[in-house]
Amino acid sequence: MRPETAAPTEGVHGPDTRTLVLVWLALLGLTALLVGLSALGQRAAVLGLLTLTPLKAALVFYFFMHLRYEGALLKAILLVTLGTLLIFFGLTYADVAFR
Amino acid sequence: MTSGAHASAHPSDAFGARLGMWLFLVTEILLFGGLFIAYSYMRSRYPHEFHAGGKELNVFLGVLNTAVLLTSSLTMALAVDRIHRSRVRAAAGFTGATVLLGLCFLGIKAVEWGQKFGHGLYPGGPALLALPPGEKVFFGLYFTMTGLHGIHVLAGVSVLTAMAVLLLRGSAAAARPTLLENGGLYWHLVDVVWIYLLPLFYLAA
Repeated sequence: MRPETAAPTEGVHGPDTRTLVLVWLALLGLTALLVGLSALGQRAAVLGLLTLTPLKAALVFYFFMHLRYEGALLKAILLVTLGTLLIFFGLTYADVAFR
Repeated sequence: MTSGAHASAHPSDAFGARLGMWLFLVTEILLFGGLFIAYSYMRSRYPHEFHAGGKELNVFLGVLNTAVLLTSSLTMALAVDRIHRSRVRAAAGFTGATVLLGLCFLGIKAVEWGQKFGHGLYPGGPALLALPPGEKVFFGLYFTMTGLHGIHVLAGVSVLTAMAVLLLRGSAAAARPTLLENGGLYWHLVDVVWIYLLPLFYLAA
């Protein structure tokens, strides 16, 4: 067993425990808000889906997946991917809307 | 804090490993993204049937599973934090907790699917075949997307179990942050996919 007191060879990279717990609480809170909003009706549910869900995903990406602490390259890779997905969404709807 | 804070003994190795993992993860985003597009198109085509299908699902179990998976993401992030601080046993403990929560998620999913199966609602099942076309599509997408997600949870649980065992055995490779960090990135992405599946099927259908 490696001794736990061994000097760290790699620096701590990412949020501290307090930040992680706060993010987790925020995620649970946003989930509760989403469930409450969805109980109000279909429109509110879709509104929640389009606003609160990307916010929750962003919290996971930014803090749990350390994107906040990464350089421009990894952020750009994710943005290009999401942009590509958005183009696919747009093209699909442009197609079905004019059938 | 900036990327300059990664005071690593092998900075290019560690970054290269993360870069490779992220490139894999974006292919996963596009895989599920394609299914999200299919869902949204079908939902716009069959709004009433999707609404009826969504009412059949157990919202309580869906929300409970969300809480379980969000908590597992916290324990995973804590495991990665501890490994960066060379606290190997704590990292193994948090990784083990993540595995248990992942198994809990799969257990709840099994109960949920079991209830549907009991009512004849499974691909090719009698109750499913009797439904109108739009609801067949809804349940087809439900089983495909939650099933594919479940396979990802199972893969994550397998990888993290191996990581926990390696850490407890004192493996030097596992004690370097790279492996656990990449396992964690995968786990968090699986969590993000579920974050979307909850409203799509249980809340906003």
